[in-house]
Amino acid sequence: MKIGLILNIAKALMVARFKQTFIAAIGVVFSITMFVALLGFMNGLNQLLDGLILNRTPHIRFYNDVKPSPNQPIDLSGKFTGFYNIIRSIKPAASRLSIYNNEAIIRTLQEDSRVLGVAPKISAQVFYNVGTIDITGVINGIDVEQEARLFAFEDYVTVGNFMDLKNTANSIILGKGAADRMMAEIGDVIQATTAQGNRIQLKVVGYYQSGLGDLDNVQSYASINTTQKMLGESASYITDIQTKLNDFEQAPAMAKEYREIFGIDADDIQTVNAQFETGTQIRTLISYAVGITLLVVSGFGIYNILNMMIYEKMDTIAILKAIGFSGSDVNKIFITIALTIGVFGGIIGLLFGFLAGLGIERIPFETEALPTVKTFPVDFNPKYYVIGGVFSLITTYFAGYFPARKASGVDPVDIIRGK
Amino acid sequence: MRGKPVLEAKGINKYFYSPVKTQVLKEVTFQVTRGEFVSVMGKSGCGKSTLLYILSTMDTDYEGNLWIDEELVTQKNSNILSKIRNEKIGFVFQFHYLLNEFSVLENVMIPGLKLDQKSRQELEHIAMEKLKIFDMQDHALKKAYQLSGGQKQRVAVARALMNDPLIIMGDEPTGNLDKKNSDIVFNIFKDLAKEFHQTMLIVTHDPEFAEGTDRIIEMEDGYIIKQ
Repeated sequence: MKIGLILNIAKALMVARFKQTFIAAIGVVFSITMFVALLGFMNGLNQLLDGLILNRTPHIRFYNDVKPSPNQPIDLSGKFTGFYNIIRSIKPAASRLSIYNNEAIIRTLQEDSRVLGVAPKISAQVFYNVGTIDITGVINGIDVEQEARLFAFEDYVTVGNFMDLKNTANSIILGKGAADRMMAEIGDVIQATTAQGNRIQLKVVGYYQSGLGDLDNVQSYASINTTQKMLGESASYITDIQTKLNDFEQAPAMAKEYREIFGIDADDIQTVNAQFETGTQIRTLISYAVGITLLVVSGFGIYNILNMMIYEKMDTIAILKAIGFSGSDVNKIFITIALTIGVFGGIIGLLFGFLAGLGIERIPFETEALPTVKTFPVDFNPKYYVIGGVFSLITTYFAGYFPARKASGVDPVDIIRGK
Repeated sequence: MRGKPVLEAKGINKYFYSPVKTQVLKEVTFQVTRGEFVSVMGKSGCGKSTLLYILSTMDTDYEGNLWIDEELVTQKNSNILSKIRNEKIGFVFQFHYLLNEFSVLENVMIPGLKLDQKSRQELEHIAMEKLKIFDMQDHALKKAYQLSGGQKQRVAVARALMNDPLIIMGDEPTGNLDKKNSDIVFNIFKDLAKEFHQTMLIVTHDPEFAEGTDRIIEMEDGYIIKQ
């Protein structure tokens, strides 16, 4: 009943100054709306931009790096043990690019429960022969189905059907930039020369557009079989094994583990793409800073309005104290007012924020660089709504705390005597 | 029951510090026993209101000792004092001091709601009864600001009676009223004393009002000169 009484009095005071209370609540609504909409939009964009690279990057990539042998003859000589040997001008060893025993490796990886999928790949340097001109490029031999399943390959094939790569012999999907330079249409046959000097005719079945210009100028895709044939290698020739994990946070540890087991190079996504992580973090930080600033400003609004209310309602406070309300009761009344503004403003703000997110999601956003995106991306992660709600309560509590403390300290004698 | 002290003050001294240190109450000692209707008289500035605020436990900055209902209240913490005010003391001020945000009935009920010993229905019933004493039951659902001055003061007295307090304290309860209303309120106090044997301590500078009380305490320059 006592809580009921405090709520009652708080309600009466709010109704008496309805206009101010309403404006304070609007301040909270506005700031929470902006907070949620801003974070949702910002993180939608973040995910989109990160996705450009990260979705297509294997979590772990196995390959043979071109590098000098770590075991140099001088280290094996008994005469020089115990010395610190410095060798200048070492050249890379003539190691093979192909991964030895790759079938067994792929099988092992597929059996690992942490692994979502494995896609083999061949990377081949080529020259596209266009008339008298040679354009450099890279043809990636891929397992079309796995590539589509793990790396959303089909999203980036903007013209043509990606499955034609598998179904049509000697076919190629050209990078959009490369195709433009060669003026190659769908159905044209282009000629490429490998680094080994083999020439091959390839039929263009589609265009590939990633949104990253540099990549599209160079990268093209063919099936693994076509690429092996082009290079004159056997069906066991594979230069890269791309792995996608269920939880990509485990990538560094797993890369280390398999590097030792297989004795080949393994790069994890975190090491390769550290800069994306940093960019995302900073963008998120900025949006939180802006959102929290909005909330703090609305907190000052509530503070002002409560302060005014207390000055206007000095008499009421004095009477309440004279008839037996303690300082803490008065304190609770004003905290209740502040929290009521916070709760209602917060709830309506979250609702409006959600609607604003839906609205932003409808705005057309078409750009050459992002072929798969038609409207602005918005992230509706409940996390932002929880944070927004909690922050609206915290700021309104503190905005109410100081005026309430002042009200609880009002000396009724001063007010009654002053009349 | 009669004869038991409700209020006892012993050697109360009070100072004001601004602008300079002045003593407003000097060794004030007196007792109010149950059922007494006491008035405190004196010129303005003699310290009678100040004394009332101390007796009401709202002002705690004094020297000396104060007992209410044979319990020492000096030096008690403010939450306990709030409780004592709520349970044992009813107030009537010179200015009406109703809460304008609430209806007349709610105004009367608030001390009871605060005490929190009876259900809302019971309290509503009690508040109605109190309003009936002063013939104000027809105004129960009006807002406080819709009443005239005399009506407000009657409601204030009804509120003071809400928790059946040990003692009612009044600070010039008729000071702000015209002759007619002041007579009405005065008669209410007299009735309370006669019919309900309500203990009352009323500060006034109206000799006519004081005449009608059981005992007059006269004050001058911070001393009690006659009681």
